[in-house]
Amino acid sequence: MNRDMTIEREERRLARWFVAPALAFIVLGSLVPIAATGWEALYGHDLRLPWLGRPFVGLSNFVEAAADPRFRSALLHTAIFALITVPLELALGLALALMMHTAIRGRPLFRLAVLLPWAIPTVIGALIWRFMFDARAGVITAALQSVGAASESFDWFAHPLAAWVPIGAADIWKTTPFVAILLLAGLQTIDPALHEAARMDGAGSVRRFATITLPLLRPALVVAAAFRMLDALRLFDVAYVTTAGGPGTSTETLSLYAFVALMQRLRFGYGSALSVAIFLLTFAFALVWVRALGRSLIGDRT
Amino acid sequence: MTSGSAVARLASAALLVLLLFPIFWMLSSSVTPESRLFEARPLLPAALSFAHYRALFDERDFLIPLGNSLVVAAMTTAVVLPVAALCAYALARLRFRGRGLLLALILAVSMFPQISIVPPLYLILRELRLLDTYPGLVLPYVTFSAPLAVWLLTGFFRQLPAELEQAAMVDGASRLRALRDVVVPLAAPGVATAAILTFLYCWNEFLFALSFTLSPDRYTVPVAVTLFRGRYQVPWGQVLAATVVATIPVALLVVAVQRRIVAGLTAGASKG
Amino acid sequence: MAAIRIDGVAKTYPNGHVAIRPLDLAIDAGEFLVLVGPSGCGKSTLLRLLAGLETPTSGRIAIGGVDVTGLPPQARDLAMVFQSYALYPHMSVRGNLAYGLQVRRTDPQVVTRRVAAVAAALDLGDLLDRRPAQLSGGERQRVALGRAMVRQPKAFLLDEPLSNLDPALRAQARAELRRLHRALAVTMVYVTHDQEEAMTLGGRVAVLRDGAIEQVAPPLDVYAEPVNTFVARFIGAPPMNLVPAALLAIDAAPGLLAGVRPQDVALVTSGSLRATVDFVEPRGHDSVVHLRLDSPAADPFLAVVAGAAPPPPGSQVFVRIAPDRLHLFDGRYGVRMKR
Repeated sequence: MNRDMTIEREERRLARWFVAPALAFIVLGSLVPIAATGWEALYGHDLRLPWLGRPFVGLSNFVEAAADPRFRSALLHTAIFALITVPLELALGLALALMMHTAIRGRPLFRLAVLLPWAIPTVIGALIWRFMFDARAGVITAALQSVGAASESFDWFAHPLAAWVPIGAADIWKTTPFVAILLLAGLQTIDPALHEAARMDGAGSVRRFATITLPLLRPALVVAAAFRMLDALRLFDVAYVTTAGGPGTSTETLSLYAFVALMQRLRFGYGSALSVAIFLLTFAFALVWVRALGRSLIGDRT
Repeated sequence: MTSGSAVARLASAALLVLLLFPIFWMLSSSVTPESRLFEARPLLPAALSFAHYRALFDERDFLIPLGNSLVVAAMTTAVVLPVAALCAYALARLRFRGRGLLLALILAVSMFPQISIVPPLYLILRELRLLDTYPGLVLPYVTFSAPLAVWLLTGFFRQLPAELEQAAMVDGASRLRALRDVVVPLAAPGVATAAILTFLYCWNEFLFALSFTLSPDRYTVPVAVTLFRGRYQVPWGQVLAATVVATIPVALLVVAVQRRIVAGLTAGASKG
Repeated sequence: MAAIRIDGVAKTYPNGHVAIRPLDLAIDAGEFLVLVGPSGCGKSTLLRLLAGLETPTSGRIAIGGVDVTGLPPQARDLAMVFQSYALYPHMSVRGNLAYGLQVRRTDPQVVTRRVAAVAAALDLGDLLDRRPAQLSGGERQRVALGRAMVRQPKAFLLDEPLSNLDPALRAQARAELRRLHRALAVTMVYVTHDQEEAMTLGGRVAVLRDGAIEQVAPPLDVYAEPVNTFVARFIGAPPMNLVPAALLAIDAAPGLLAGVRPQDVALVTSGSLRATVDFVEPRGHDSVVHLRLDSPAADPFLAVVAGAAPPPPGSQVFVRIAPDRLHLFDGRYGVRMKR
């Protein structure tokens, strides 16, 4: 046994080894690549035109992006999509969480209903929704037609605005369960005695919800909102599979456009600049939220 | 079902239907013969046809993407579990400087837009000839699934009484010995949940798989299903059969351990 | 068994919280010392410092003459009984008892022998193959004790080991603990917040407040000659009455405080100090009478009266105190004064 190997010293020593692998993956797997992307964005690198080499072009990729109308519309699409779907997901998730929390019978059914959409791969879910909205075989189109709400063979995917509906539906369907689980955790930490006391004071369920549940659920709501906003800003899978950005580019999200630039047009320099722009956007957003988030996640351990 | 008004019960039923209907429709459509797929039809198919499934495996050899997904998911999980468990234990139990920074880093990684690291990873993997290989996918998969595993396992370790390891140490065991004798036997539930979530992430992942695999026999399931091409149009019958096949493993997994998953996620969320 | 010396030990946490101010304590070999005090006084921290689970910010700790300050818990040859018992849930009772010895690679025959001996001493023989989850609270507590005994360590550290037991079991467990200590003659350092437990168990009692030791002495000394007002009111129930000395018509310098235990207060029909009965708490064998003194501030005053016929609420009585039961304390710091 070493002299002067106190427990704290040993903990520090062990911690270095325990943390190293995860840290290595994080640094090598994300920090270094992000820096490399930033670096790549400063070069003109078109894989289709290798004879042009890889000249240093400074910030011209970024300048091009700023003026690029397709980038601007992708930005607009993404922002509006996020601002619409996230509140919907929060509301639906909250409703679902409340139901799961207060359900006496049928809990396993709720759990199943919540976990299945969440577990199903995003692209699979998107494909199902695309099928359901399909002009010919889509059950949703058929249902609306039978009610008279839509005309003969309305093609959702041919309409620039309507095409957002299948995307939104697929995204909300897939992510509401996740929100519900997060909020359920929050609900479970609320002391039932508070509600009982309020009930004895004569407060109805709506009032109790507004004055007890919502305020105490705020941390969980903040966490859920932050995660969902971040995911909405990064949206790729659902957009690619449901509409591939179409018709034209009217449902193209930021990540989708960057992907097109990189993997389809093989303009790595420009695509990297787009990626950096997306990264900065999400980073700025995350910074704002991390203040609110950090306290609830790290907890109050000394 | 719920304690409350008829409105609440109606709303519950509506939400349940909304959540479960697409799955039901997927199942029902996958066994509907091609000829009836695009007609108006009742909710339950009159005649069951497994032609799509046959075509899926005979013509498209769907076993290959299934195998690819399985291998990548297994490899990733095998790497993530020890890496995340060690890191989570350190975060939960050991006193060291930089805990806050590490947590912030882990949180930050989970917020990255995945597209942002595709360019350099693509170029590096191309250099190292790891494009279109299993390890080429495992690296980004580990990086991006580790944060959730660490978060989950940290919450789990925090809930284990610290006094157990302390008792073992006072009894004479070194920290590592105490880990082996006391923590590891009790870690199974948390590790199982982390393994399931990691597996789900890999099975689910699309962007990296799309970017870093080139040949169809390296496609993972999400990529393979999305890139089904018919001669004239999307072969919906087979696509639907493929979605069912892709869903079955994860659905079974989730159903089998649903209680554990919810408990694991809520345990990680609540403050110890 | 070994003596423990604590020299100038202090503990400040990285966040600035001062848990222990520099303190000295000498514990004799074979002694049963109780650390007692209100929550946050540092008694558990001190115990953890002894165990090696924390390292002091300054000072030295010596066990059996050996400086252990820089040693981890594994090297100190101490045994600890936790408040939650911390039994290994996945091991049988036998496994729990044997663990400490097996970790030190003790000869298996010795292990078997010692486990059997301890199981017999604590009446755990039938439970050896059960898991902790299948045991009652009292049984778990005995296993925790047995786990410590099996190792025959230099000293026992006990962190409120009885506080999770039902009150009825607690008294019994206390008696068994005393018997055990007599039989083993091993050094025991015992932490509790319950002053009654401290008084009945300790060979010596150390009263702590805010990370410092207020007084270390045998229980009767702490009871009869508390060194300051904090100790005076912490030890003994109901707590000692403390009023300005002038009220009790004592010829003393102004600003002094006088203390008298409720048990030493007699209620009589005539005298110099009048009081009104506020209310009475009957305790069966005696009663606690809550009084209000006939003073400018109407100070509350407690008296313990034997028998089943205490004066009724609202009645007037006179308070009589034997002079040798009076304690005098300095008004500013609460320090005990000589008469």
